[in-house]
Amino acid sequence: MSRIDEGIRYTESHEWVKKDGEDYIMGITDHAQHEMGEIVMVELPAQGAQAVRGEALGAIEAVKTAEDFYAPLDGKVVKVNGELDGNPGLVNEDPYGEGWLVVIRAVDPAQYDELLSPDQYRTLAGE
Amino acid sequence: MEKKTPLFAKHMALGADIQPFAGYLMPIRYDGVTGEHMAVRRSVGAFDLSHMGEFRVRGAGATAFLDHLLTNDAEVQPGKAYYSTMCYPDGGIVDDLIVYRISGQEYLMVVNASNIEKDWAWVESHMTGFDVSITDESDETALVAIQGPNSQAVAAKLTDAPLDGVGYYEHLTGTFAGVPALIARTGYTGEDGFEIYTNSRDAEAVWDGVMEAGREFGIVPVGLGARDTLRLEVGYPLYGNDIDHSVTPIEAKLGWVVKLKTPKDFIGREILERQRDEKPARNLVGLSVTGKGFPRHGTPLFQGDRQVGTVTSGSIAPALNTGVCLGLVEYGVRKNGTEMEAEVRGKRIPVKVVGIPFYSGGSRKS
Repeated sequence: MSRIDEGIRYTESHEWVKKDGEDYIMGITDHAQHEMGEIVMVELPAQGAQAVRGEALGAIEAVKTAEDFYAPLDGKVVKVNGELDGNPGLVNEDPYGEGWLVVIRAVDPAQYDELLSPDQYRTLAGE
Repeated sequence: MEKKTPLFAKHMALGADIQPFAGYLMPIRYDGVTGEHMAVRRSVGAFDLSHMGEFRVRGAGATAFLDHLLTNDAEVQPGKAYYSTMCYPDGGIVDDLIVYRISGQEYLMVVNASNIEKDWAWVESHMTGFDVSITDESDETALVAIQGPNSQAVAAKLTDAPLDGVGYYEHLTGTFAGVPALIARTGYTGEDGFEIYTNSRDAEAVWDGVMEAGREFGIVPVGLGARDTLRLEVGYPLYGNDIDHSVTPIEAKLGWVVKLKTPKDFIGREILERQRDEKPARNLVGLSVTGKGFPRHGTPLFQGDRQVGTVTSGSIAPALNTGVCLGLVEYGVRKNGTEMEAEVRGKRIPVKVVGIPFYSGGSRKS
């Protein structure tokens, strides 16, 4: 059983999004990190990059696979998790905490409400 | 519907990540690829490889038959094994395999699981004129591999067979964990190790025996994920990734398993001989990732605007902590030290041709 936190939203492509004041923090879910196995590199977008909902924002390399991660909202990347450069395993260890990926300043906050609820994500992930 | 190996219940109980592979539901990883990989490098690991195919070849014509069918020389002593490719007339590889010579007139061919049906049809179609019989024993044969520097210490607790007398690529038949077995010092990891072939109904006895005997050495079950990183780290090609029908053993630098120095005729000889003499258009080489990133199977390799090759396998090398690849590159850029770039998601990652194995600290005896 992977962890699915309450109070945050999810995407069909296994990202989570958490509202943080004006901004939105995102990462990949516990389910996703578990499916991928040990993560050895995270390719993050540049700070200031455009985020286009549903389009690849960066990539995650595990030992056996590589997967893109996708912008859950339209907006701008205002912060990236530089810690992952030296310690990509944080995504495995603490996917909802220290393993966060980027912070997005959304252009349309209503998009957040369109994301999956924890219950909807639980069904999707088969947990 | 995928098949299950006789150890499927063991993998479930161990909480393995199980995925379809080559028609079987196989354990891909248990606790994690890196930990499993390093356990094999440092001590010992156990693998269920019961998906592999086994064909028994018997008869007065067995040696002549295998010499016709396979590129390597079948005239080894009973008790020895050899690695070979099996080629099409155009030199492309049908499969790569290990052949154990059981006795003067009996051999056991061990083929890739993904190729069992194709290989069987190919082998069977070439029997005409040879005094041999062949049997597909794949379904009733289980294979447990013990790999790592402590392999012999573990195996010795389970058999009275004189393992010290079994050299690399040698084997004997004996009792192992209380059941009849073919005990071979072979493997696919670059480490010392044994492969234990038994009847499927005895698989659990072997597995349980190995896990129990290995406990004092910290033995771990190892899935196909780490099997792949282990073999890549020592530069062994994998059928379907690095070699296939479109690649010849000469291109794959497997000329050492092609008996061109003997006068024996075999399927593919004419083409392979010409390729040896005229040099192939491309070679399979090792590549070390000097930039940041991990090129994978299918990643194109460039020098400037020109594509000079393609990555055939790529991963992090857990024992080296760098990215390593095998790639098919043009003959002109095959030499060690040659620099090129892998294009991953639109970005260029510098890589360099290096010698194989990438990891040379293994305990393999030879």
